[in-house]
Amino acid sequence: MDFAYMKNVLPLYEKAAVLTLRIGLEGIIFATFAGIVCAVILYEKVPVLRQLVMVYIEISRNTPLLVQLFFIYYGLPKAGIVLSAEICGAAGLAFLGGSYMAEAFRSGLENVAPLQRESAYSLGMGKLQTMRYVVGPQAVATSIPAFLANVIFLLKETSVFSAISLMDLMFTAKDLIGLYYKTTESLLLLVIFYLFILLPVSLTGAAVERRMKYAGSGS
Amino acid sequence: MPDLGLDVLLKGNNFFRLLEGLLAAVKISMVSIALSIPFGVLLGITMTGKNILVRFLTKLYLEFIRIMPQLVLLFLVFFGSTRSLGWNLEGETAAVIVFVLWGTAEMGDLVRSALTSIPKHQYESSRALGLAKRQTYFYIILPQTLRRLLPLSINLVTRMVKTTSLVLMIGVVEVLKAGQQMIEANRMNSPNAAFGIYLVIFILYFLVCWPVSMAARRLEKKWG
Repeated sequence: MDFAYMKNVLPLYEKAAVLTLRIGLEGIIFATFAGIVCAVILYEKVPVLRQLVMVYIEISRNTPLLVQLFFIYYGLPKAGIVLSAEICGAAGLAFLGGSYMAEAFRSGLENVAPLQRESAYSLGMGKLQTMRYVVGPQAVATSIPAFLANVIFLLKETSVFSAISLMDLMFTAKDLIGLYYKTTESLLLLVIFYLFILLPVSLTGAAVERRMKYAGSGS
Repeated sequence: MPDLGLDVLLKGNNFFRLLEGLLAAVKISMVSIALSIPFGVLLGITMTGKNILVRFLTKLYLEFIRIMPQLVLLFLVFFGSTRSLGWNLEGETAAVIVFVLWGTAEMGDLVRSALTSIPKHQYESSRALGLAKRQTYFYIILPQTLRRLLPLSINLVTRMVKTTSLVLMIGVVEVLKAGQQMIEANRMNSPNAAFGIYLVIFILYFLVCWPVSMAARRLEKKWG
């Protein structure tokens, strides 16, 4: 084990981890927004839009992120749509994550007892008000475990970004293996950095899930 | 809009080559799933055991495999194990090893949660009827868990097929690589081929995974 080498390349990994995290977070934020919109459309059974959302969910869930990225990054420019690698990465992640987030929030919404909504209506609240003050907050609470599971899933998926020449952790590790042939050290650092990113989210998820067992909202 | 390079697909046996690449990916996932199921069932049964050390080790294995991106695992086996153990691995073999490790972990967890969801009185009743431990599992517990398990393991198949797209990164010629080669070869006469070919690959993956997902969902509704 060559510790001097590991110390030398540490800054490279740090830079890569920051890039991984930044694009990952951008993608996750967009995915969350997309997920909320899609979930509400499905829940409210908005005609036409609902069918579109269902088609989107099927497409997004049944194709690999790598293939989605190849199409966005290498294919779309040929049709005149040129995006930077970073935007492609975030867009791909959002396209993939949107459907998973939609599923998480939709089941959260459906877990809120219909009685809640009916009571809100009978109190004279509008559709938007009901969503904002009654159904929404309860749904958010119950969908947090699924949301965190999706965050982990999406952060893991960022590992394919190196395929569209983003200098993320995988790219850095592979590059260093090629340059110095210090395979074991480079891979060890790779594992450590991924653990560093993913373990806190995973532990939070487990803790929240344990707590959720006790959180029963009004039925 | 300029031509989208679909003509490249019709040239020679290009489309056939894409399908061949897809078949290579599907084959890797089929072999892996076929191995993962028996190993996963064993792991799941082991995880419900009483030995605390065994439980800890299996849990550690499960969590490590789950938290690492599959691509990292592929790198660990393809680059790491070959270097530190000094053996030679082909991309396909490395991919199957990783997918079996991963599939076993996922399957094991599914089996474990299915087993623990079987009410305790089922075990106790079969013991009271004088069934041995193996008989209890074989005749009472497994048939009930299978129903819960089947839709979930079908989902694992689609996840695996999707993940096989990663083997491109360790040099296995699968559908994306075949597409890349075609695009490279036709760079001069069909510069826009990337759009058409990657779109077709996108659709091909969808056509493989979608029916399987639908089947899983239908089973889940029926048995759930």
